[in-house]
Amino acid sequence: MARTRPIMPAWFHRLGSPKGFYSMTTPWLPWLAAASLVLLIGGAVWGLGFAPADAKQGNSFRIIYIHVPSAFLALAGYYVMAVAGAIGLIWRMKLSFVAMKAAAPLGAALTLISLVTGALWGKPTWGTYWVWDARITSMLVLFFLYLGVIALHYAYTNGEAAGKAAAVLALVGTANIPIIYKSVDWWYTLHQPATIKLTEAPSMHPSMFQPLLVMIAGFYCLYALVLILNIRAEILHRERGSHWVVELARSRRS
Amino acid sequence: MHPIRRQRLIAVIFVVVLATVAVGLVTYALRQNINLFYTPSQITAGEAPEGTRIRVGGMVVPGSVQRVPGSLETLFTVTDGAGEVKIAYTGILPDLFAENEAAVATGMMREDGTFGASEVLAKHDENYMPPEVADAMEKAMDKAHEARQ
Repeated sequence: MARTRPIMPAWFHRLGSPKGFYSMTTPWLPWLAAASLVLLIGGAVWGLGFAPADAKQGNSFRIIYIHVPSAFLALAGYYVMAVAGAIGLIWRMKLSFVAMKAAAPLGAALTLISLVTGALWGKPTWGTYWVWDARITSMLVLFFLYLGVIALHYAYTNGEAAGKAAAVLALVGTANIPIIYKSVDWWYTLHQPATIKLTEAPSMHPSMFQPLLVMIAGFYCLYALVLILNIRAEILHRERGSHWVVELARSRRS
Repeated sequence: MHPIRRQRLIAVIFVVVLATVAVGLVTYALRQNINLFYTPSQITAGEAPEGTRIRVGGMVVPGSVQRVPGSLETLFTVTDGAGEVKIAYTGILPDLFAENEAAVATGMMREDGTFGASEVLAKHDENYMPPEVADAMEKAMDKAHEARQ
């Protein structure tokens, strides 16, 4: 049988080792923090203070500047979690299970934000906080899937076994993501179809759409920042007995 | 790729495909129950169950909204282009309820063929625009309409 040749570059292996990831991401943090701060504050001030009110909804439409970015990241973050889980199952990389565990509470928080902001917007717009339509129900299922992945991590004392079990649940749950995305097109729902489309121009006036893009970019930066911080915290916890973590703690104290 | 890893990769793909197919078949089988409402043409064609609470959704026909004086009762008609259902509702309508906009009503068909609603929700569309743009668009539409006549 032919020997397998390395297909991944050296930096990938460095990123794959907990210590390598920790030292490599340290200089990224201030940049990511600055980018998220500038984009989120700029986008929020622009969207809440300067974008025009909607012709029909008035000012209540402005919740879109939180609702849509958090829903975007709740869906994208699920794929981050599931892909990390798949890499962990196949290549048994330590770091990928750590990344999967770190992505779960973050995704759950974003899903909850989009559900709550949607309910708050629904009351003045639709006339009700909640309706069991396909979009809202499948989003609630996504929230439970995230909670399931979190719960599985706490159900096992062995980190490796927890990672494997949570990864299988995360992979099975990927079936829900296209359902959430297409639910408003496949079924009759109360939730309106997508405003931002991949293939067409957005059905939103540019003066309202531009701040939304800034907020989405800001949420992506914040997501990356919090995910990396979560991974770093989990690395320190898992490697707390190792030499380099002890050294790091000692150098910080002095 | 190492044979063991390839085997694990195939297992992972198998799990994802199997889960997607299973969920797809379930949602396909339940598609009528997943729909939040029936369209007016489904109701006139007799596809909706009778004698039970259902939802009907459609566009509020312009000029069809009548308020009964001295009460909170409102009568209006919804359409999907192919069928029409007349709805009677007593209560406060949501702010976004308007003619030419979509609405979803919950209730039961009455003997006389009107739909007695206990709840009416407004369905917002995916378009967002400032008031000035909405006004300008309305004026342009009116002008185009006049030019055609």
